[in-house]
Amino acid sequence: MVDPIKVYPPKPTHVYFYATCLIDMFYPDAGMAGIQLLEREGIKVCFPEDQTCCGQPAYTSGYHDEARVVAKAQLDLFPENWPIVVPSGSCGGMIRKHYPDLFKHTGQEAKASEIAARTWELTDFLLNVCHIKLRDLGQPTTLAMHTSCSARREMGIAEVGPKLLGQLSNVNLVEQVRAEECCGFGGTFAVRHPEISGAMVSEKVDTLTDTGASEFVTTDCGCLMNIAGYAEKNRKPLAGQHILSFLWERTDSGKGGKS
Amino acid sequence: MSQTPSENSHHIDVKEFHPRARAAIADPKIRQNFRKAMDGLISKRKNAFEGMDLEALRELGANIRLRALANLPDLLEQLEAKLTENGVKVHWAIDSDEACRIVRNICVARNAKTVIKGKSMVSEEMELNHYLEERGIEALESDLGEYIVQLADETPSHIIMPAIHKNTGEISELMHEKTGTDLSNDVEYLTASARQQLREKFMNADVGVSGVNFAVAETGTLCLVENEGNGRMTTTVPPCHIAVTGIEKVVGNLEDVVPLLALLTRSATGQHITTYFNMISGPRKPDELDGPEEVHLVLVDNGRSTIYQDDQLLDTLRCIRCGACMNHCPVYTRVGGHTYGTTYPGPIGKILMPHLIGLDEGRHLPTASSLCGACGEVCPVKIPIPDLLVRLRQESVDGDKLNPAKVRGHGAKRGTLEALIWKGWSWMHARPGVYRFGTAVAARLRKLQPGKLGDWTKYRTAPKLANKTLHERMKERGE
Ligand code: SF4
Repeated sequence: MVDPIKVYPPKPTHVYFYATCLIDMFYPDAGMAGIQLLEREGIKVCFPEDQTCCGQPAYTSGYHDEARVVAKAQLDLFPENWPIVVPSGSCGGMIRKHYPDLFKHTGQEAKASEIAARTWELTDFLLNVCHIKLRDLGQPTTLAMHTSCSARREMGIAEVGPKLLGQLSNVNLVEQVRAEECCGFGGTFAVRHPEISGAMVSEKVDTLTDTGASEFVTTDCGCLMNIAGYAEKNRKPLAGQHILSFLWERTDSGKGGKS
Repeated sequence: MSQTPSENSHHIDVKEFHPRARAAIADPKIRQNFRKAMDGLISKRKNAFEGMDLEALRELGANIRLRALANLPDLLEQLEAKLTENGVKVHWAIDSDEACRIVRNICVARNAKTVIKGKSMVSEEMELNHYLEERGIEALESDLGEYIVQLADETPSHIIMPAIHKNTGEISELMHEKTGTDLSNDVEYLTASARQQLREKFMNADVGVSGVNFAVAETGTLCLVENEGNGRMTTTVPPCHIAVTGIEKVVGNLEDVVPLLALLTRSATGQHITTYFNMISGPRKPDELDGPEEVHLVLVDNGRSTIYQDDQLLDTLRCIRCGACMNHCPVYTRVGGHTYGTTYPGPIGKILMPHLIGLDEGRHLPTASSLCGACGEVCPVKIPIPDLLVRLRQESVDGDKLNPAKVRGHGAKRGTLEALIWKGWSWMHARPGVYRFGTAVAARLRKLQPGKLGDWTKYRTAPKLANKTLHERMKERGE
């Protein structure tokens, strides 16, 4: 019953990059930013070509047979004993926390647990394994952050994003009220219970804009789609970005830093 | 109060969750009442645990409950033996009907016409008031919240604060209309008026019915936590006291109660301790001046022993009914308690009610969650509520051949089209070549992407496909 204690590995020479399907199709820039941040830390990034999706959408919808088929296709992608980094709290949580359950009493049980144990959310990995030091090259800005529920509660990394952003000298990070409340995404929840999800995201956008910030970052593409999509549709002055894109753009000397 | 059902709960169609949710969300009063109340409860709880090692305490609480459940059959036997020795009559009820019959038979044997009740969610589960009233026995709620709900002919919207959906103005109007008190926003006045009316009823009641928070097996002690003193009145003034409780409420010994009580009151209302903590150990002894002549305990199963047989679902029975999960639930906060249409609303209701009413009846319950995990994070006995919700989702679509579903009414939500969609999804995502091809083609055709995506785009713009997938970009880099 006790949550396993997280023991960070020493900084490795290589990692596997597990992009997630949303990054792959909708936010590849965030994926590239994550890869470049890792490379700048001197880590070789291996991108297994055969990766598709962690299986979470089917899993949380109750279709565990289908989720297992897809998840099983991911298990052979990481033959070396390198850490697996994921630019998402929710897909990271799926692998780290739910793969062992999904494969319990199957031939893949041991493998799933082994893979789960070396899976890390990427910002957590940058901060606590790479001990990244960021140099802010951007213009002064006021920024809000939404930490996804899975990053906060499944991966236990609520403090990671603010710590990384805190390293950026020109970023004024402001906190919205009820910061820990869900934005209403919840995968299929958003379409199964559209009114409830809509009520949740509208309040999230209100609290974010109430901070005075006109942009926010988040660890998860689901929340990003939800919050930024609501703001856009309802013409609220709030733009969103994946935290990895933001971190990379502000610290990339090649580009001279872009704010 | 457009969302509030005026009938008793057994007339509510649980399946009508969506229309009720829509109505609640569109009702600014409901939204405001709940948001305000829940915000208050969240901050009170936080303050109450200030300076304590909350995680260690939750761990202890969880372990105490786990140990009690592991020994449940033995503890129940011990409890029965000890209570009998103390002069308490113990009754076993397999379901609500039998529990109601037992209470009624006790009333009939005593020729009782009026029953006064302390707060008891199990009696709500039994719909006891309704049952007794249909048989000519008056049942009056004495907890202020329950009293208001009863006046309004409603059901509780929260397990700890039954009338939390109403603000003071609404309560004042209700009391004015039903009992003739003056219209007033003075909470003291309203409370005093209600107490006045209740006091008379206490004096004349033939039977008192209460719930139980912890039933201690070793000593045969029934513990009752409350703030208004109505619990003490209910259990001491009438000549006969009937306690009703679920079979899972038993704990080993009095030492177990201490941490659980510390967790319960802080999690529920942010109190370090409640105004009253009653420990009932038997009827009045010959040399005692007060207390009831007769004390009964009705132990209600109502589906619990079935839950008990599953290693994972068993966690549901750890619950100490503090209500923290609903206070912290973003869905409950938006839709309020009545939307669920079930005795227990919110996260605990979503994991418990499917066992009581069947997953076919309660098929919408497990889906009405974003799986944000706020409930599991605050639960004082560490019930992994989100995991149980996922399990019930699996059960409701018969989604796991390796672990066949077993909850009553399982599979009711499995739709042919949906099942087919997930089959297709899994076919594609288990074939990397097909996936890469499909996503690359989608990226090329992104201009044709529909701007409308059903319910998603009612509130948001559609997410935009990138012109190249990350797979393609990595390929171009030569990896
Ligand atoms: S499930 Fe946990 S938080 Fe919810 S009422 Fe029960 S004990 Fe309290």
